[in-house]
Amino acid sequence: MPIINGTVLFNKENHGDGLKKALELKPQEIIMEIRESGLKGRGGAGFPTGTKWMLAAAAISEKKFVICNADEGEPGTFKDRVLLDEYTRLVFEGMIIAGYAIGASKGYVYLRGEYRYLLNKLKSEIDKMYSENQLGNNILGSNFHFDIEIRLGSGAYVCGEESALIESLEGHRGEPRNRPPYPVNTGFMGYPTIVNNVETFAAVPVIIFKGAEWFEKIGTDRSKGTKLISVSGDCEKPGVYEVPFGTTINEMLEMVAAKDTKAVQIGGASGICVPKSEFGRNISFEDVSTGGSIIIFNKDRDMLQVLKNFMEFFVEESCGQCTPCRIGNIKLLEGVQMIERGECSMSYLKELIELGKTMQIASKCGLGQSSPNPFIAIMTHFENEIFTQW
Amino acid sequence: MNAKILKRAPVSQQRQIIDKDSKADIGNIVEIEINGKDFKVPLGVTILEACRSNGIHIPTLCYHEDLCIAGVCRICVVEVEGMKTLQASCAYPITNRINVWTSSEKVRKARRHILDLLLSEHYGQCYTCHRNNNCELQTLAKEYGVDFFRYGHIQERRYSVDRSSFAVIRDMDKCVLCKRCVRTCIDLQEVGVLEATYRGDRTKISTFMDKPLADVICINCGQCINRCPTAALKANDPSDEIWEAIDNPEKHVIIQTAPSPRASIGEEFGLPPGHSMTGELNTALRMIGFDRVFDTNFSADLTIMEEGTELLLRLKKKLVDKDDNIKLPQFTSCSPGWIKYIEHFYPDYLDYLSTCKSPQQMFGAILKTFYAELHNIDPANIVTVALMPCSAKKFECNRPEMRSSGYKDIDYGLTTREMAQMIKEAGLNLPELPKSNFDDPFGEASGAGLIFGATGGVMEAALRTVYELVTGRQVPFQNLNIEVCRGFEGIKEASILLTEVKPEWSFLEGLELKFIIAHGTANAKKVMEMLIRGELDDYHFVEIMACPGGCIGGGGQPIPTSPEIRKKRAEAIYKEEMELSVRKSHENPHIKFIYEKFLTDGPCGHISHKLLHTHYVRRGRYID
Ligand SMILES: Cc1cc2nc3c(=O)[nH]c(=O)nc-3n(C[C@H](O)[C@H](O)[C@H](O)COP(=O)(O)O)c2cc1C
Ligand code: SF4
Ligand code: SF4
Ligand code: SF4
Ligand code: SF4
Ligand code: FES
Repeated sequence: MPIINGTVLFNKENHGDGLKKALELKPQEIIMEIRESGLKGRGGAGFPTGTKWMLAAAAISEKKFVICNADEGEPGTFKDRVLLDEYTRLVFEGMIIAGYAIGASKGYVYLRGEYRYLLNKLKSEIDKMYSENQLGNNILGSNFHFDIEIRLGSGAYVCGEESALIESLEGHRGEPRNRPPYPVNTGFMGYPTIVNNVETFAAVPVIIFKGAEWFEKIGTDRSKGTKLISVSGDCEKPGVYEVPFGTTINEMLEMVAAKDTKAVQIGGASGICVPKSEFGRNISFEDVSTGGSIIIFNKDRDMLQVLKNFMEFFVEESCGQCTPCRIGNIKLLEGVQMIERGECSMSYLKELIELGKTMQIASKCGLGQSSPNPFIAIMTHFENEIFTQW
Repeated sequence: MNAKILKRAPVSQQRQIIDKDSKADIGNIVEIEINGKDFKVPLGVTILEACRSNGIHIPTLCYHEDLCIAGVCRICVVEVEGMKTLQASCAYPITNRINVWTSSEKVRKARRHILDLLLSEHYGQCYTCHRNNNCELQTLAKEYGVDFFRYGHIQERRYSVDRSSFAVIRDMDKCVLCKRCVRTCIDLQEVGVLEATYRGDRTKISTFMDKPLADVICINCGQCINRCPTAALKANDPSDEIWEAIDNPEKHVIIQTAPSPRASIGEEFGLPPGHSMTGELNTALRMIGFDRVFDTNFSADLTIMEEGTELLLRLKKKLVDKDDNIKLPQFTSCSPGWIKYIEHFYPDYLDYLSTCKSPQQMFGAILKTFYAELHNIDPANIVTVALMPCSAKKFECNRPEMRSSGYKDIDYGLTTREMAQMIKEAGLNLPELPKSNFDDPFGEASGAGLIFGATGGVMEAALRTVYELVTGRQVPFQNLNIEVCRGFEGIKEASILLTEVKPEWSFLEGLELKFIIAHGTANAKKVMEMLIRGELDDYHFVEIMACPGGCIGGGGQPIPTSPEIRKKRAEAIYKEEMELSVRKSHENPHIKFIYEKFLTDGPCGHISHKLLHTHYVRRGRYID
């Protein structure tokens, strides 16, 4: 799998002694550095990492926790796997620095069940770090103590949602919680907890090593640094790419040698479907935001089938807790099936689009809030294609 | 602040409680805007609470006053300015100035869509449904003017109805997945029989391994029924069989009525909570065709005689005979939900339970023996019905131990709700009926029996009798009202000093009789943990009721229930008891009569042991 264009993470020259440097700083200084770097969460929502850490650092509690979200369940996303596999140290170092910054001494990696094959590798890396005094007591001569434990998920997409992940870690059914309170206040076992994506953690030691100022120069105005993108679908060079924020879809398509592209799905099943007319848009939090995946569809793809596939995914993966998502997704899927059979009236289609809008605002968590996205996008952009089929 | 949330059982829903204690600590006021008007509300209250306390209506479905917050139905969503998504008002604590819109276009549309979705998967029709006219889903549909199925309507059952339990019937095709039952069972009652299983559209509320309810650790308390917004849960209704018995001229059908249904049945006929209907109910029961109408309070008095004597005997064996096998404190045994709870969860502690049957069963045993003899009726032709506030009574009357006379003590346990249905079916409007008395010979009962209906009542009644037996004087409380036994605190404890005792009780001189009262099995659990830790070694008597509030909050009582409603029902009971002439069990003339004529070897004697006492089953938590 080609790994291309490493300006930040995929460039070993940037992997210095970030951890050592961090432990020489005061926790507040680390948080300031991360804030100044403009780093935003890479897991999808793009929440400013420094702010999250600051909130957790400010919470008063005897215990706090750091959780690395390695559930990577979004269809078409496989960039965290590459980081865990090939840049393991970077991720763990990021977690340790986070722990030091917020005052936590325990970190968990919530590893996607399907990534079990990485378990031994990760464990032996942890063992190595203990023997090198990078984990455990008095890390690198400081008086900071930190442990990392790996827990395996068991295959539910919704467990990537941070509060469901915490429920699952606690041994319960993986269902998202009400928010507020947020995990930074009431997280794992009720203690202040930060949950960050693998890629977010990986960026941390690099930022500390190279400095916020350096990092802040990469990317766009409001999206700093680079993004790992898992590219799949109709192209010649699928793989994980590291590109600076602001890269346009056209540039991406060229990079991966895609031809006759009709549409791209950015951000996995719950992301956005961008039609050809909008390929000039760029990847950034302010334009087309993504947790890290691009799926490419060329002119031969049947968009209704693409949509059906996504809807089947959501029907399967909804945790079933809240009404809009539990029943809404099945109604949208049934709508797609009705269209397939030529039984869906335009007025019912409109009802379904309205339903989708309700799901976007009334569902309890991000899954239900984003699951109607492909339905609405594909029905809007490809109405003609879909309704001229029969 | 975080540790508090974690104190109890590990339940996902539990974590979502908004920490009420911390709110109280802060006591600050926040100014917010609701629908364009300014309001001052206490920091930390939810949007829903803020709106309700200011007369602004927000529909709810999964929210219930007695339960922790789930935030899953989403019917209560409101718009908070500046937020991209709508917020569930029941789950959103107010911590800063916000502008809330409770019925904007987005909100109304979303609520309607949510309702349409729920209805599309809701199997069945209202006119063939026992919750018709008392169903929160139906009420919402009306409130939002739903007159068609926007997203279709399910035509076939997806699940089969679980009728295995004597107490609770589950029809998951009518379930809206509000999880109130789950939260009731694990959070309110700390039993933990129910949980959501599967995902997405296949999500359903299941028992452990999807076993029939009769084969899991359900204690039959029926609290889940009382909080279910729809007809998904209901009690196992024996009214058809009862009608049949009434219509059969060979059967002598006797009904006994417990204290709590009288205080609540008016609610089923549109009266506000807190109206006692004792006299009207007697009339209705006769008009329906019951041959005799008796008062369970009579056998409550009997229970007090037996249980009080048992306590005194235990005290004597322990204090005088130094018998270490005697277990103290003695725990009450009149709540069948509590009995099943301790059998499942604390099977090693069954010896602490009083061996007395509950008043319901004692009455049945007396009816099929003494009463049958007295009136020369073949006990095989006697049908005993018990009107109870309780669903666990349905299980209790079917326990194999409960037929020591050779016949089932009680043939049918009937709930307040089912009774109201029968009265309506007979064409009677209860509140309009004239009053009448109970039938003799068991018609007269003391007020002590009446107050059994509220938490603390058994204790109060027992103390009135035990104290007087031992000292020869009335309990030293004004009007006999032992206030420390009253009220809805989860666990109450107090003591009463025994002085200047009668010579035969000299070993009790100077004893501080210590007792504890708990209601709801979550509190029972706490008491049991205290017992295990040895903290109850110097206690003597413990009253436990499985249901929150005691029997007035029983699983067979009218729906809805809330702390306020339960309080009103209890007040009605205490008020009625003040008006009675006999207020001590041992002064009930019929009790004296029965010990003279029938239970001739006295309380806890041979005959009473055979008929009025029982034993328990070590069930444990794991059932194969
Ligand atoms: C349904 C759903 C699935 C998610 N799955 C993941 C995931 O697999 N990995 C991840 O890092 N974040 C996932 N998220 C986002 C997390 O909730 C959370 O925002 C993220 O872990 C925060 O880390 P960040 O700030 O570093 O992005 C998911 C969110 C939702 C709603
Ligand atoms: S939106 Fe879907 S996944 Fe999220 S809580 Fe609701 S049902 Fe569960
Ligand atoms: S549960 Fe409610 S909505 Fe459903 S059929 Fe019964 S009354 Fe109607
Ligand atoms: S009857 Fe009581 S124990 Fe049984 S499921 Fe309902 S709440 Fe739980
Ligand atoms: S059974 Fe009743 S209380 Fe339980 S989830 Fe279903 S509708 Fe709600
Ligand atoms: S009542 Fe608030 S989400 Fe159900």
